[in-house]
Amino acid sequence: MNPRRDPVTHVVLLFGAVLFVAPLWLALVGSTQDPAAIARGDLSLLPGHEGFSAYARVLAGPVPRMLLISLGMALAIAIGKIVISVLSAYAVVFFRFPGRKLAFWLIFITLMLPVEVRIIPTYSVMAGLGLINTFTGLWLPLIASATATLLFRQVFVAIPDELVEAARMDGAGPLRFLWDVVLPVSAANIAALFVILFIYGWNQYLWPLLVATNPKLDTIVIGIVKMVAVETETDWSAVMATAILALLPPVVVVLLMQRWFVAGLTESEK
Amino acid sequence: MAMLELIGLRKNFGTTEVLRQIDLSLASGEMLVIVGASGCGKSTLLRIVAGLETPSAGRILLEERDITSVDPSARDIAMVFQNYALYPHMTVFENMAYGLRIRGLSREDIAHRVDETAALLGLSEFLGRKPRQLSGGQRQRVAMGRAIVREPRLFLFDEPLSNLDATLRVRTRAEIRRLQRRLGVTSLYVTHDQVEAMTLGDRLLVLHQGRPAQLATPMEVFEHPADTYVAGFIGAPAMNFLPATLIEAGTAAKLEAGPLVHFIDGKRDGSDGKTLTIGVRPEHIRIDPEGVPLRIDLIEPLGSETLIHGRLAAPGETPLVIRLAGKAPEGDILTVAFPPEQMHVFDAATGRRLP
Repeated sequence: MNPRRDPVTHVVLLFGAVLFVAPLWLALVGSTQDPAAIARGDLSLLPGHEGFSAYARVLAGPVPRMLLISLGMALAIAIGKIVISVLSAYAVVFFRFPGRKLAFWLIFITLMLPVEVRIIPTYSVMAGLGLINTFTGLWLPLIASATATLLFRQVFVAIPDELVEAARMDGAGPLRFLWDVVLPVSAANIAALFVILFIYGWNQYLWPLLVATNPKLDTIVIGIVKMVAVETETDWSAVMATAILALLPPVVVVLLMQRWFVAGLTESEK
Repeated sequence: MAMLELIGLRKNFGTTEVLRQIDLSLASGEMLVIVGASGCGKSTLLRIVAGLETPSAGRILLEERDITSVDPSARDIAMVFQNYALYPHMTVFENMAYGLRIRGLSREDIAHRVDETAALLGLSEFLGRKPRQLSGGQRQRVAMGRAIVREPRLFLFDEPLSNLDATLRVRTRAEIRRLQRRLGVTSLYVTHDQVEAMTLGDRLLVLHQGRPAQLATPMEVFEHPADTYVAGFIGAPAMNFLPATLIEAGTAAKLEAGPLVHFIDGKRDGSDGKTLTIGVRPEHIRIDPEGVPLRIDLIEPLGSETLIHGRLAAPGETPLVIRLAGKAPEGDILTVAFPPEQMHVFDAATGRRLP
């Protein structure tokens, strides 16, 4: 097919691209303009004269610490979710134990209970454990994941029985089989899930807001909101600069894992 | 000395009896082929020997050691799977070395044994490749190599050729036989393909609905099938069966289609009037001007020979297949005769051969 012959497709594609890029562009040009001008509503669509001074201002403040907290939280959530769901899916798929079906269904129905629904009991449990206002409290309750468990279950179910049997005859025990065969075979899926879960963790708002009132534990998302909250003196270019900075780690993760990400979501051959 | 002995092996899945009573003894270096239609229990039998299934009753002895409840990896048995079951993320070398690595062999030993096996199978240049970069035949050889490299006491083959195309299958079949002879490893080979069964086995075990129908050398099975099931299963095209009755004090059969045939190899037991099934292989039916007329409905020329499908123009309209050397004769009707020296006599009621 000659791409030039299909202008309609291109117009739609271009429209979609502009739609997605426009807010980013606004944030980027906003971060280089005079904050007072933005506050007046004079947001120019071209880069302003302030250059990257807003970034210097922001990076001198608490933003680097916030980025670090967010990064730690997102990594802990993504890795924790993967470890737990790989292990539980492995148990459900490869072992025959009493209550296996029940275990699977219990995991399954927690899909219907998102963080927001169980946030009060979760808070009370965390309070009981003394984890309010701690870094551990930020990520620990978020690392169980029915979605990821179900996804890995599908991946593991697709591993041919003969492969399991070949490994048994080769003398590989359960943990060895998990490490030597199951994980490498599911590497693409793990990578894809890691990207999704990292962004999920990075974007957490409600739970960190609730569990950590100490400003030292503010994540970058909460930090941005707090910067905006003081209406009269909002430093808009600083907010824009922080937003741009907050975007960078997820972008880096996506770019680094892009190849794996696509393979993990589309590849079906085992 | 018996290398492998199966004693009173049974297997039920719930209320379904998959294997009913298997007693089997393999001599050292012997290749025994288990053959049967799908669902006859042949794969289950192999998996029980491998340790992947536990029998409901019975014992398995390998070199007189009871291995019935021994873990598969500790049985000293290697298996070649139907779909090869190669680890997709490992190279050929790693695939072959994996079992040895788990056994804790030294790096040098592993490299030495893998290299040797790879050379034996002509895989040396592919050791660095992943399974998906190999052709079907090469993958099959890697699967064989993974079994050979472990130097097991017993090989199990689970339809290892069924995923290969016809030409390659014939070549690999011969290769497997040569290799097995050369290594002298006792082997159990499961297949549904009767040509594989005939060419590969020192002995055949024909399984039918979980029961051994016949255990004998391939030629014995072919020439003296124990019952009508074996007779129809081994040999292609399949044997023709003609209804008949026993007459003249057990010395002759009266075919429903007309002719009367005297047994030349002695009288059969049973009273006159007993119903029989007479089996005649397609290649043994003769064209005879004096014979029974056969209406031809299909001719399949195979080059060096011709298959003729038809129905007898006699009571019963029995369908018949004939294999003739050379070209098909002219006309729609043939007259055929059944030579008494090539007849198999079965009891119609039980299906058993009447000796």
